Amino acid sequence: MVFPGSNCDLDVHHAIRLMGQDVSYVWHTETDLSQYDVVILPGGFSYGDYLRVGAIASYSPVMSAIKEFAYQGGLVLGICNGFQILCEAGLLPGALRANEDLSFHCHDIYVRVEDTDTPFSNQLRTGDVLKLPIAHGEGNYFASEEDMKNLRVIFRYSDSQGNRGGNPNGSVDDIAGISNLSGNVLGLMPHPERAMEELLGSRDGRGIFSSIVAYLKERSGISV
Amino acid sequence: MSEALYVEVGLTEGEYEKIVELLGREPNHLELELFGVMWSEHCSYKSSRVHLGLFPTEGERVLVGPGENAGVLDIGDGWAVALRAESHNHPSAIEPFQGAATGVGGILRDIFTMGARPVALLDSLRFGPLTYARNKYLFRGVVAGISHYGNSVGVPTVGGEVFFDRSYQGNPLVNVMAVGVLRKENLVKGQASGVGNEILIVGAKTGRDGIHGASLLASREFNEAPLEMRPAVQVGDPFMGKLLIEATLEALETGAVVGVNDLGAAGLTSAASETASRAGTGVEIDVSLVPRREEGMTPDEVMLSESQERMLFIVEQGKGDKVREIFRKWQLDAARIGFVTDDGMLRIRDGKEVVAQVPAAALTESAPVYERPMEFPKKEDKEVSVPLPKLPDGYGEILRSLLGSPNLASKAWVYNQYDYMVRADTVMGPGGDAAIIRIKGTDKGIAISTDGNSRYTKIDPFLGGAMAVAEAARNVVCVGGRPIGLTNCLNFGNPENKEIMGQFRKAIEGMALACRVLGIPVTGGNVSLYNETQGENINPTPLVGMVGLLEDVSKRVGNGFTKSGNLICLIGENLEELGGSEYLSYVYDIYGNDLPVFDLEREKEVQEFCLRGIDEGLIKSAHDVSDGGLAIAIAEMIFNGRAKGAAISMTEPLIRRDSLLFGEAPSRIVVEVEKADVERVRELGMVPFMVIGEVKESGFSFALDDEEIFNEDTIELEKIWREALKWSL
Repeated sequence: MVFPGSNCDLDVHHAIRLMGQDVSYVWHTETDLSQYDVVILPGGFSYGDYLRVGAIASYSPVMSAIKEFAYQGGLVLGICNGFQILCEAGLLPGALRANEDLSFHCHDIYVRVEDTDTPFSNQLRTGDVLKLPIAHGEGNYFASEEDMKNLRVIFRYSDSQGNRGGNPNGSVDDIAGISNLSGNVLGLMPHPERAMEELLGSRDGRGIFSSIVAYLKERSGISV
Repeated sequence: MSEALYVEVGLTEGEYEKIVELLGREPNHLELELFGVMWSEHCSYKSSRVHLGLFPTEGERVLVGPGENAGVLDIGDGWAVALRAESHNHPSAIEPFQGAATGVGGILRDIFTMGARPVALLDSLRFGPLTYARNKYLFRGVVAGISHYGNSVGVPTVGGEVFFDRSYQGNPLVNVMAVGVLRKENLVKGQASGVGNEILIVGAKTGRDGIHGASLLASREFNEAPLEMRPAVQVGDPFMGKLLIEATLEALETGAVVGVNDLGAAGLTSAASETASRAGTGVEIDVSLVPRREEGMTPDEVMLSESQERMLFIVEQGKGDKVREIFRKWQLDAARIGFVTDDGMLRIRDGKEVVAQVPAAALTESAPVYERPMEFPKKEDKEVSVPLPKLPDGYGEILRSLLGSPNLASKAWVYNQYDYMVRADTVMGPGGDAAIIRIKGTDKGIAISTDGNSRYTKIDPFLGGAMAVAEAARNVVCVGGRPIGLTNCLNFGNPENKEIMGQFRKAIEGMALACRVLGIPVTGGNVSLYNETQGENINPTPLVGMVGLLEDVSKRVGNGFTKSGNLICLIGENLEELGGSEYLSYVYDIYGNDLPVFDLEREKEVQEFCLRGIDEGLIKSAHDVSDGGLAIAIAEMIFNGRAKGAAISMTEPLIRRDSLLFGEAPSRIVVEVEKADVERVRELGMVPFMVIGEVKESGFSFALDDEEIFNEDTIELEKIWREALKWSL
């Protein structure tokens, strides 16, 4: 998905090509997504993040197509600003607030894998620790007790050994990434697409993309 | 014409007379305004132009040199890089957040104007000491402004520097550099060529912001903080900037666009007259067709507005619709406001009425050139010689104290607020000697560094200028890049002061000589004068933005130790001299009178030596010895490394111990080498090379003739270094 102001669209595109998969940019005015297996909402500052992060994009023409796609069981991945948009659009519960220290944070962090029973994490093991970059000003996830019943925690911030700690933004319960209960919609603040090559410092983002590929292979195998 | 009018637009009586002579008549009010902005110091370089000719600007890689929106260098295989740096000092002093933000926006436009995709930003910042509340406010505001614009627009901020010194009290410096990548065939210039071609104004609408920014704000000294000038500071919109980048690059792909110029200082006036003058054509525009943000704007206001995120396009006749359609997709304006003519005039209409008509070249090429009087410092003019401080006893204590100096401490507090990884090309981000951006689809990488030490230039403008070029080049070399070109920002005081002009001249002479010896062309630059507040001029501050090329980016090295047991070696020679050092300044609060000996030929050999070592895979990490000297350089290699310790052992030097540890003699690089490779490295060249110690798992010890002069816990040192800047705020 490309919203005006998206700026990690190219990075996601590059990451998917590195995985040897087909990918195309879809402009925010598109209304039909039926030809795609996965829809990815990249990071950036959609509509300048004016009003409130992700808020304007959640009313973009393509959003109703994305909702329809998700209700049909299609895979939807929101990274950073994409996660914020998914929360604003109601596809994921909760909200992302300004970081606890009110500063933008750009650096590597560690996350611990908490749940591997999703299309996005099936190639990972529970307790795996991934080194991923973050770059956000509003990544402080919050969900009410009621909301917490409607989500699955997939990634939690941790230290390099997988122990609690290392939360960069004050998110509730150290949450870095969540999915809906059925697991087909995932949102996370870290940027796996920036961690695909040793040259750039980490390959730990590949596990998420290879999980998607594995899931789709299996799904098409069954449906054939 | 009454005197008040030309003074009001920032001109002198002599300049006014010259205008009358050029036109053969008195100018009307709008015409006078056009001359006022175009002949301002900021736009015309009237005090500096005669000196800038000293820079070598040619080289086999130079595709576009000075005079265009950005310089362009050929990096082979059909690829090129565009580079430019610019100051935004005065706006940032009044309104730090927007001043810095629009500095970022403006420099990016200079890059994509050339048809290049912006891939990196760097910021060189100078402030007064953080012990003053106002300096903290300026520092925080500038960092927030850069973060606000750079992060949103999606161009990584990969490096830069921050330096605090009392000479910037009241007059901070905000210099921004941008680098872009393009295919050579997509290069576009800022020329209004082809009579009859359409002229489009694209991007944001025009408002009343920034009027007189270039002439009255940027080209005068700064007496009491003129808050009433705040409306002259523009307001940036990074979202609009991002859309403008995408729409512009997409429009250029149509092949219908023959010229592009950004609307920066002096807005439409500058873009229209410069594109015409570069192409030797004329331009006719109708201001009533310019999309506006507010009603009731006069032709003067439209012509002088510095509203951000606007560009001027020159499009082949009849193909304007194609371009307009692309801008419509991005929800931006693209209005046809005029056409190219053959009469050399800048003709401005307001509907049917011609409201101004002047030769385009009169505004640009005919601008006055001043050879302002200069005075060079003589030896005896220097402040009474300061005796060197007596040798301290506790070197470990001094090391800890220096690591806590805001100038030497880690700048992570700053750069962690910048997205330095977006675009997924950042091989080396902030904190390295130079940043590295890889070019997708090739093995190439470009290394970028900004440098300049104003204490050196204050002590000796000539040597300081040469050292700025050398250090920027050395930084690029330390990551494995071969320097291929540079841009600069020359920040000086009031040019009407003879000593300031003397500093300016000498600094340029020094920089130019270093460029010649090191074989590095200058592709352009920016001059910021009148950096004076309440009669106090800033230290002369030439900043260099260097670009280097790595043919194989996988060979790059970092500046942190990689493996315990490897040897620590020094390329170059330790010399006696503490002048200009952070040590003298921070510990004793003096600058000193002299700089270390500096030999450019030696510098060149040291750089070649290091490049060969990295290219052959013999050097595992490298870090140049600069601010803080040898001890600080080694400490930083520990903090940035995977192996967190060093044991140094040298023979008692012939120089003072504090000169050895903390002196800033140039032309030195600390490198890490495997034991088995040392002899091969030694034979790489004929420069002094010695083994000075060994990488360890922990601890930083330093011994001279087996006498331990300090032995420190590296965890404790690193904590000081990492946290000092945060605690200073």
